[in-house]
Amino acid sequence: MEFKTFVFYVLAAIMLFGALRVISARNPVHAALFLVLTFFSAAGLWLLLQAEFLAIVLIMVYVGAVMVLFLFVVMMLDIDIARLRHRFWSYLPLGAMIGLLMVAEMALVLGGKYFGAAALPGQDMPAGYSNTKELGRLLFTEYVYPFELASVVLLVGIVAAIMLTLRQRKDSKYQKVSEQLAVKRHERVRLVKMAAEKDAPATGESAAEQGGQ
Amino acid sequence: MLKNFLTPDLYPAMPEIFLLVMACVILLVDAFLGKAQRWITGALTLISLVGCALITYQTMDGQVVLTFSNMFVDDLLGDFLKLLLYLAVIVVLIYSRDYLVARQLDKGEFYLLVLFATLGMMVMISASHFLTIYLGLELLSLSLYALVALDRDSPRAVEAAMKYFVLGALASGLLLYGMSMVYGATGTLEIGGVAQALHLGVANKTVLVFGLVFLVAGIAFKLGAVPFHMWVPDVYHGAPTPITLLIASAPKLAAFAMAMRILVFGLFELAQHWQSMLMLLAVLSIAVGNLAAIAQTNLKRMLAYSAISHMGFLLLALMSGVVGPDRHFALIAYTSAMYYVVAYVMMSLGAFGVILLLSRAGYEAEHLDDLKGLNQRSPWFAAVMLALMFSMAGVPFFVGFFAKFSVLLAVIDAGYIGVAVFAVLFSLIGAFYYLRIVKLMYFDAPSDAAPLAASPDMRFLLSLNGVAVAAFGLFPDALMTLCTSALLRSL
Repeated sequence: MEFKTFVFYVLAAIMLFGALRVISARNPVHAALFLVLTFFSAAGLWLLLQAEFLAIVLIMVYVGAVMVLFLFVVMMLDIDIARLRHRFWSYLPLGAMIGLLMVAEMALVLGGKYFGAAALPGQDMPAGYSNTKELGRLLFTEYVYPFELASVVLLVGIVAAIMLTLRQRKDSKYQKVSEQLAVKRHERVRLVKMAAEKDAPATGESAAEQGGQ
Repeated sequence: MLKNFLTPDLYPAMPEIFLLVMACVILLVDAFLGKAQRWITGALTLISLVGCALITYQTMDGQVVLTFSNMFVDDLLGDFLKLLLYLAVIVVLIYSRDYLVARQLDKGEFYLLVLFATLGMMVMISASHFLTIYLGLELLSLSLYALVALDRDSPRAVEAAMKYFVLGALASGLLLYGMSMVYGATGTLEIGGVAQALHLGVANKTVLVFGLVFLVAGIAFKLGAVPFHMWVPDVYHGAPTPITLLIASAPKLAAFAMAMRILVFGLFELAQHWQSMLMLLAVLSIAVGNLAAIAQTNLKRMLAYSAISHMGFLLLALMSGVVGPDRHFALIAYTSAMYYVVAYVMMSLGAFGVILLLSRAGYEAEHLDDLKGLNQRSPWFAAVMLALMFSMAGVPFFVGFFAKFSVLLAVIDAGYIGVAVFAVLFSLIGAFYYLRIVKLMYFDAPSDAAPLAASPDMRFLLSLNGVAVAAFGLFPDALMTLCTSALLRSL
């Protein structure tokens, strides 16, 4: 057995184990971490296929950004695990059916005329070949216009998101510290001159008497 | 191929580059401005648009120039539409200023998103690649979704934005799916390349027609044609009136350009297929738009349904371009389509401008009853609204009449007499709701006697708008000649 094949089987085994643990782990944090393991193994498989750019992107985007976000959400939300696991096995037939359907679809595509392994043979690239570099070269030469446009679309996304969320709510109450510090005595305290003793009003007294009785 | 890559010629794309740079400058400047200096943002926005217009005018040479690896095309059609686009956006900004200030909606983001939407429309207008069409469309749509929700405290606006966003995403998906089908069949996304592959007849026809259905559905959604019109009344009604004004005017020019680029420049060989699809859409739009508009009591909703019927007319013109191999008919039909869309944008700007004119702080003049007795309050603006409504209804010697007339001529030339008769009949039905507004303005007592509070520049521009609708109706040839020459040099 070639060493490459050996590495493939090791990575594939770890990946399958990780994927199984994602759905069988009791703790959602563990499940998310096993998903990270699955992604890492998948990235290793990409590397074996000489697609190092996809491997790096998978790690940076999915492991670095998406899964961290996911972990935050999992940790912040109070997930009732007992309720989630209720009737867990009753979903087996549906899950198995969907799984089989996906396998069948994949077989149809891979065995078909256009996308089969025979129609798209792998190419062994020379040793110094870098597909990251080739992709970058293509993006920054031939596709530079759509690439820049995509960045403008992202900028609009940022502007729109800030506009829609960063606003002063009408019902919010917050302190203005500078005004609080600059306050003068006469703005807060009002001295009222009044007699030390005062006769209680007659009507109020009678009302109180009636209330007492 | 990559080894000998040449730096793309940036000259044809100067207006886009200038606008993007200015938008980024305004983004930075606005961050340092207080509420009282917001006028600087507005002024800079107007300056950018005027600058774009100057650059476009300078670089207009009537030649078809492709750049950015054939993804960008600079032709006379694009230049002409872009100039109209800047004009429409400038008018929108001036009409909406008072309204926004009165409601404290004149945030810097409004101006920025309007600029980015303009950039998206410019990209769509001069796209010669499916990828750039899609990216331009997304840039436009994303800005518009956010703009509809500009007034975050209004539940109606947020609901409209949500609806627009979900349906718009669906339409973008349809469009992309269609594009992927075309790519699968022809092996290229370049519009010229697609046309060539079709001409050589190497592409799989079934896959192409399948993709075409999705492309037409996407275009129909963006134009707001029946049965993809559901978003139009809700968005027009729910959005703040300045945003409605924006959505109802400039994007129609871009959608027209998109339809021309995809259907005429790219998939002309499939014309017999998309012709029947467009006819169905057009007939349904004219019928549903005109009938539903009668039942509306809200002015913005009524104008939304009227927009649907107008888009039906536009589709009629696009449909009647192909009669055998003769290119003469194609020119007549596409010229009438372009004339129609320009005329519609002019009328639409004016009609929503009048709504903005009548609104003031804390008061929305969006019901039909709010127009009652406008003649007694301001005879001049009642006359402007009269011209706009007559023009929309297609009463002779306003610009709308000649637009409808030229479309009907093209339809008859193409041999669809029945469709032409149908369109005329429904225009007559449609005249009812336009003339009802005239009746309300001139023969009813005013329900609201407050004097009109609009700034002088808006009054001037709105007057000019009304005069233009009448003047282009009296002298239709000037605009028609411009449209013809723009198309002749680009087709």
